Amino acid sequence: MRLFDLSLRYKMPLWGGGLILATALALSASFMLQAWDNLHHDLQKNAEDLARITARSLFPVMLHDEVWQAYEVVTLPFAANPASAQTESLVVFDSEQRVYVSSRSHEHSLLQPMAELGPEYAALAQHLPKDPEAPVFVSDAPGAQHIYVALPVANDGVRLGTVVVGYNKSLLWQRFSQLLLNAVGITLLVLGVLLPITAYWGRRMMSPMQWITGRIRHIGEANTAAIDPKLYPYQDEVGLLYQAYADMHAKLQEKALVEKEMVKSERMAAVGRLTASIAHEINNPLGGMLNAISTLKRHGSPDPVTQKTVSLLERGLSQVKETVAALLVEAKVKSRPLNTSDFDDVRVLVSHAIKKQSTQMHWVVTVPDGMALPSTLVRQVLINLLLNAIAASGRSGRVSLQAKTNEAQLVMVVENTGTPMLPEQLARLYEPFTSFSENGNGLGLWICYQIVTQLGGTIHAESGAQQTRFTVILPLSSPHETTDQQNLPD
Amino acid sequence: MFKLLRIFALLGCLIGVFLPIPSSAAGPTIRIAMTPAFLHDQHAMLAQWRDYLQTHTKRPVEFIQRDRYRETIDLLQQQKVDFAWVCDYPYLVLKKDVNLLAVALHQGKPSYQAYLIVPISDTTTRRIADLKNTIFAFADPYSNTGYLSPRFEIQRSGADPATFFKRTFFTWSHRKVIDAVASGVAQGASVDSYVWESLAKVRPDITAKTRIAWKSELYGFPPMVAQRNVPAADFALMQGVLMNMQNNAQGRNLLNRLNLDGFIKGSPKLYDGVAEMMRQFGEP
Repeated sequence: MRLFDLSLRYKMPLWGGGLILATALALSASFMLQAWDNLHHDLQKNAEDLARITARSLFPVMLHDEVWQAYEVVTLPFAANPASAQTESLVVFDSEQRVYVSSRSHEHSLLQPMAELGPEYAALAQHLPKDPEAPVFVSDAPGAQHIYVALPVANDGVRLGTVVVGYNKSLLWQRFSQLLLNAVGITLLVLGVLLPITAYWGRRMMSPMQWITGRIRHIGEANTAAIDPKLYPYQDEVGLLYQAYADMHAKLQEKALVEKEMVKSERMAAVGRLTASIAHEINNPLGGMLNAISTLKRHGSPDPVTQKTVSLLERGLSQVKETVAALLVEAKVKSRPLNTSDFDDVRVLVSHAIKKQSTQMHWVVTVPDGMALPSTLVRQVLINLLLNAIAASGRSGRVSLQAKTNEAQLVMVVENTGTPMLPEQLARLYEPFTSFSENGNGLGLWICYQIVTQLGGTIHAESGAQQTRFTVILPLSSPHETTDQQNLPD
Repeated sequence: MFKLLRIFALLGCLIGVFLPIPSSAAGPTIRIAMTPAFLHDQHAMLAQWRDYLQTHTKRPVEFIQRDRYRETIDLLQQQKVDFAWVCDYPYLVLKKDVNLLAVALHQGKPSYQAYLIVPISDTTTRRIADLKNTIFAFADPYSNTGYLSPRFEIQRSGADPATFFKRTFFTWSHRKVIDAVASGVAQGASVDSYVWESLAKVRPDITAKTRIAWKSELYGFPPMVAQRNVPAADFALMQGVLMNMQNNAQGRNLLNRLNLDGFIKGSPKLYDGVAEMMRQFGEP
């Protein structure tokens, strides 16, 4: 896995942390560089100041040759706190570059030549300017351990000697390392605070993105739940993304539903067309055949065997005719308008089945008289649905009918308890010869569907654990002209 | 700890200087010059001693401190002070201008000696002759043990005191002579035994860095002198108060801090040895 393929959840804190780290390092480095310069400068300045003050106070002392007083002057900077003194040594040389007095009296004895005080002093002795008015001379040899600042003890052009302030270079490094340690400490502290904040911030920023990414990846799959608007209530880009996702999700769901319905109705239409054309093809010769049998029975005198066979033929053909008639749902039938009494009739018609199954019937019908719907067809639909419901609810089941009208529709809802229908059953509910019970011929719902569709309405079934519900909606205003080609005239 | 002591010492001085003179103290001020013949930087002790003298003389007392003996000699000759604690050598120089007031007793005797001290690292030096061509510290040109005595010893050994050492310098105090040797600036010095012993009591860390290589004969202890024009009553009063110090607790406490046992009248004869040395050096 490449670094750039990492989740943004890690990449963002990594980048953020990297930037913070780089900033901290750059700042620290520049501060340390500055600090080193300042420290170097301060130490040298300090030494120069010390040399100046000492040289000034030493002039009268050396003039009077007061060695002890000179010693007291050069040891003064070390007297208060020898440990904290920046300067390591303060040596006064006479005009012949011999030790006049030294703060390190145990190492530098009086009158010892400068050149004999060690290689560093020897080098200094070579380069030291002899001019009475010579400015501060700084000796900072690369290999040497000490930095020396030399200043003439002079007044009015008379030079009595030289003050040499020496300090150890390790002091510089020692102080610098202390600064460095502080800086590193503070940097680590800041990083310790900032890095977890960045990590937390990155996670917080990225978790809704991650969630929505997951959702988008699985958008094509079925049954994705809608997005909860409370999940990300802000109106920033992520919020807009969530909204866009929600919109897209809703549209896709709608489209899927429409597609499903379309496929279903197309299938039903195709089945209808096929059924109708087959029925017609069968009906025409069937009529002829039944006529022929009738003629044979009326005018012929067949022997008993033939008579028996003809009767058998007639019964068989009649059954075929009934079945074909059932398949050919004709909505164009002239019928009187639907009245409240039609519902009462239906109740009477199904009462036998109710009694047989001990069904509890809940009957709520609030419809006006003279609705613009063919009563015969509506009665057929209702009887089919109710008989199905009574059968499906089993013994002592509950079945209810609610029928009401609103502005332009008749809404009939038939509900029953009992075993719920399976999704695959629901999908092929209205296809002919799809029976879910042993006694039916599988044409009841097919007929309902054909009638409702031809009346320009919808039939919808849903089945849950508690009950199964069929909802039929029929438009009241439309002229119930059949437009379907399936119902070809005889 | 020392810092605290110093603060107390300074406070003592301030109180000593600014405290109103007790009502019992009346009459002309008694002025006493203090020299480095003893540890005259023990300011708290000096303030107490001054108070003590003030209480017992019932007179205002002023201590005048000078480092160089020459300055004290001048003060006495110019009659700017009434009394002074000086070294035996200045006393002899001033013989005509001063009277012997009292002599302190150190370790029970009115005498002291010169210690030849060297840094503790020097383990070989046994006498001053061993220190030829070294850096040598003197206390004061008017000091017996710090200048006259070592030079006398050099002369006695047959050398020339003027060229014997590689380099010499004055520190203007016995106490600082010890510092010079302890710090390594000087490779040898001659010091007042009383000052060395007293310092050994208060700052043993300093004296521990020095070693006594040789001790001289005994000399008369640095005397308290009175300028010759001091009224006899004042002379007697001061002498009485000094000699009475060992008889009361406060006085004994002060004497203890001065590392002294008491004061006696003393006799000029005590200083005959020093006078003889001076005579041999051709000094007055």
